[in-house]
Amino acid sequence: MGHIHLPSRRDVLRGSGALFAWTQMPRLARAEGRDPRLLVIVLRGALDGLGAVAPVGDPDWVSLRGDRALLLDGKPAALPLDGFFALNPAMPNLHRLYGAGQAAIVHATCTPYRDRSHFDGQDVLESGMVRPGATDTGWLNRALVEMDSDGRVNTNGSRALGIGAVTPLVVRGRAPVLSWSPQRLLPASDDTQMRLLDLYRHTDAKLAAAMESRIKLAAIGGTAGGSTAMTDTPEAALLGVARLRAFFAETAGAAARFLAREDGPRVGALGFVGWDTHINEGAGSGQLANLLGALDGALAAIETGMGPAWRETVVTVVTEFGRTAHINGTNGTDHGTGTVALLAGGAVKGGRVIADWPGLKLAQLHEQRDLRPTTDLRAVLKGLLKDHLRVDGTALDSRIFPGSADVAAMSGLLT
Amino acid sequence: MVSSGKADAVIALNRFGMGPRPGSIVAIASDPRGALLADLDRHTVSLAAAAALPDAAKAFRIVNEANARRQAKTVAARKAREEAQKQQAAAAAMAPMAASSGSAEADADAKAAAEAIPDPGRQFYLDEARVRTEAALTAEIGFAERLVWFWSNHFCISADKIQSMSGAYEREAIRPYALGRFTDLLLAVESHPAMLFYLDNTVSMGAGSIAGLNRSLGLNENLAREILELHTLGVRSGYGQYDVIAFANILTGWTLRAPAADPERGGEFIFNPRLHEPGAQTVMGKSYADEGVEQGRAVLRDLAAHPATASHVADKLARHFIADQPPQELVDELARVFRDTAGDLKETAKAMVTSAAAWTLPPSKLRRPSEWGVAMVRAAGITDVDGLRFTQGQRLLGEPLWRPSSPKGYADDEPSWIDGLGGRIDVANVFAERISGQVDPQFIIETVLQSRVSAEVMQAVAQAESRQQALVLLFMSSDFQRR
Repeated sequence: MGHIHLPSRRDVLRGSGALFAWTQMPRLARAEGRDPRLLVIVLRGALDGLGAVAPVGDPDWVSLRGDRALLLDGKPAALPLDGFFALNPAMPNLHRLYGAGQAAIVHATCTPYRDRSHFDGQDVLESGMVRPGATDTGWLNRALVEMDSDGRVNTNGSRALGIGAVTPLVVRGRAPVLSWSPQRLLPASDDTQMRLLDLYRHTDAKLAAAMESRIKLAAIGGTAGGSTAMTDTPEAALLGVARLRAFFAETAGAAARFLAREDGPRVGALGFVGWDTHINEGAGSGQLANLLGALDGALAAIETGMGPAWRETVVTVVTEFGRTAHINGTNGTDHGTGTVALLAGGAVKGGRVIADWPGLKLAQLHEQRDLRPTTDLRAVLKGLLKDHLRVDGTALDSRIFPGSADVAAMSGLLT
Repeated sequence: MVSSGKADAVIALNRFGMGPRPGSIVAIASDPRGALLADLDRHTVSLAAAAALPDAAKAFRIVNEANARRQAKTVAARKAREEAQKQQAAAAAMAPMAASSGSAEADADAKAAAEAIPDPGRQFYLDEARVRTEAALTAEIGFAERLVWFWSNHFCISADKIQSMSGAYEREAIRPYALGRFTDLLLAVESHPAMLFYLDNTVSMGAGSIAGLNRSLGLNENLAREILELHTLGVRSGYGQYDVIAFANILTGWTLRAPAADPERGGEFIFNPRLHEPGAQTVMGKSYADEGVEQGRAVLRDLAAHPATASHVADKLARHFIADQPPQELVDELARVFRDTAGDLKETAKAMVTSAAAWTLPPSKLRRPSEWGVAMVRAAGITDVDGLRFTQGQRLLGEPLWRPSSPKGYADDEPSWIDGLGGRIDVANVFAERISGQVDPQFIIETVLQSRVSAEVMQAVAQAESRQQALVLLFMSSDFQRR
């Protein structure tokens, strides 16, 4: 590290959490009479895949997570998927899409990254390289470079377009990418506030006291791990959740309306932060469920915003790695490895969980602590790029995901 | 001694300056005290970037003109709509109830017509805010800028009342004198049209003056009282209501040229003898003969030299720069220097730097939102700003630029600001999100801050889930918020 770009004035005007969209149209797919849309959503902080999609049919599941295990007869009850897996009850929209054959879940997946640093993990996830720090371009941008263009999209559709952006790595590179950002500000996450409180408790009693009263007044998401709820009133907690949900839904919905336009972009990326649930993660309710609920609302907003274009859409939700299989000492989970990737959209061959299930016994866990990844996330991403956008296979193996020739693009992900 | 040099450099930049920028700690580590003193000697009075901005009087005239045009448009639009409605109602023989909605429509038309002429004062304010903030961001240390901010707050006006002049006031009345003599600063401030307008002296007139007798109007004590209470002696320092009235009488006639009457010099300070209360007045036991404008100047000079003023100013400086409860010895020493040098503000500022307390007391002061915001942007290595965005941020944090809620200015103690922590988190979160693509938190810690933050902060930053979160934790840390 130590490398720094100073942002220009125009840079600091713009934010991420924004949509970053390609300004061209994919020619090959359009030549086939299709008009595909791809939206990549990056969840920063590492999503607990087991907390999102629970292997309720695994005999070791309940002993692993104890009273934090999602169950089909739990309170609230997990949503059944295929008899073995069940979805977090905070995601009814994704469940509906799954039932309609428009959503699929890839489980026990991860990038090739095996250490547990967020920054490095995100670097590998977004760069598409095997190791962190290897390049300053992202796999999505390199994929765009490889695609023949069928003309520029209309960039006058949004007044904000054409302004320089603070761009996430996944879309950085040579291909022209523009940004759109929502008016609403993302509130600091529950997790950030709890970390800050922890820092103050070790360094500054007065700031800690002020922080505690703020959290009591306006807790975001009311860390409803149950016993240690920080809110005195449910209304205060709801207000925070409502802000979070509104931010996710507004950002995603606006992004979708943009991609849906006849003359709009076809490939875009969004990022959502806040998934690093070390403390009071919860299960069917609580911090993670609040985030998943907001994500679920975002998916619904995308479906609505896409309109008729939804049937040609793939939304893929990815994260840098998973979390520990076991619950840690603070009712949360620590950095892990295997997790889930979510696919949704009318173009997805859905209604299934794609997993080579590794099992949850201690010896089956990666380093005896994390869900063992059995599917390379690059296989999924390569499959989408190849079959949805018609990106060339050789380019995928060598330039978009260098060193991935032995990771075959997953086929059959699309209708 | 290298590490202690760096430690002192951090104190110099945080306690007295605008906060570290990339390279600034190393640059002054060999002699932090000397660097602070040099910052005062190097200070240039004017802001080059402000050259294109109008002076206070001109800004006032422009806004006044726009207001007049807006009012004319409003009146015309309302008339036109009412006329149209009359004809319409007559033609259609409409029911009387249409009248109420008709009047609403006329109001709406009038409003639309008014809004068609934008308020130039708003743009002046934003441009001034940008220039001022950029001066703080680009200053090598920023001690002189901090003193400008300090005196601007001490002699505050409010843009809520006089937006057009708010920035120019600071450039004209504060900035040139912040390192000069207190007397000159005081005379400049109290005769500036912005201050006279803000504290209502423009409408004050002697009951026995020509205008007062003709119009049966009289005195407004506001300016005189605030000069005594806030600007010079301090509250409960020996003056009484009698002194306030006498001083207010002395200040009658201190006003500004009517902008409409004088297109060339409207808005400038003028002493108008027709408003001035004739005769000698006694303030604090001393009689001042009526010499027109000189009568007021004589009082201001005496107030500047009064020992209570020295104590008041010394206490405020120490509370701003050193601690909410500064050591009494330090306050006494600053007051002594102030008195001994006939109110030399540069020497008084230097006395803070050479005091032992400045370098030994822990960094207990909670940065005010404006200082914290600038320190954050400096640490990120950013030097230019969007005036609108920056002022919005300051407003969110309860310290809108040049808009304090009273002539007392913004408070300088922790209890006033600590409850605003929540707003800071939101602002830090948004700022961190914006810069997280370019600015590495580890770089800020190691290179900008030279690793002079606590182990707890380093650990929290290292373990953060994202760069954005790492930056929030860093900017919100006690190490970063206290100086």
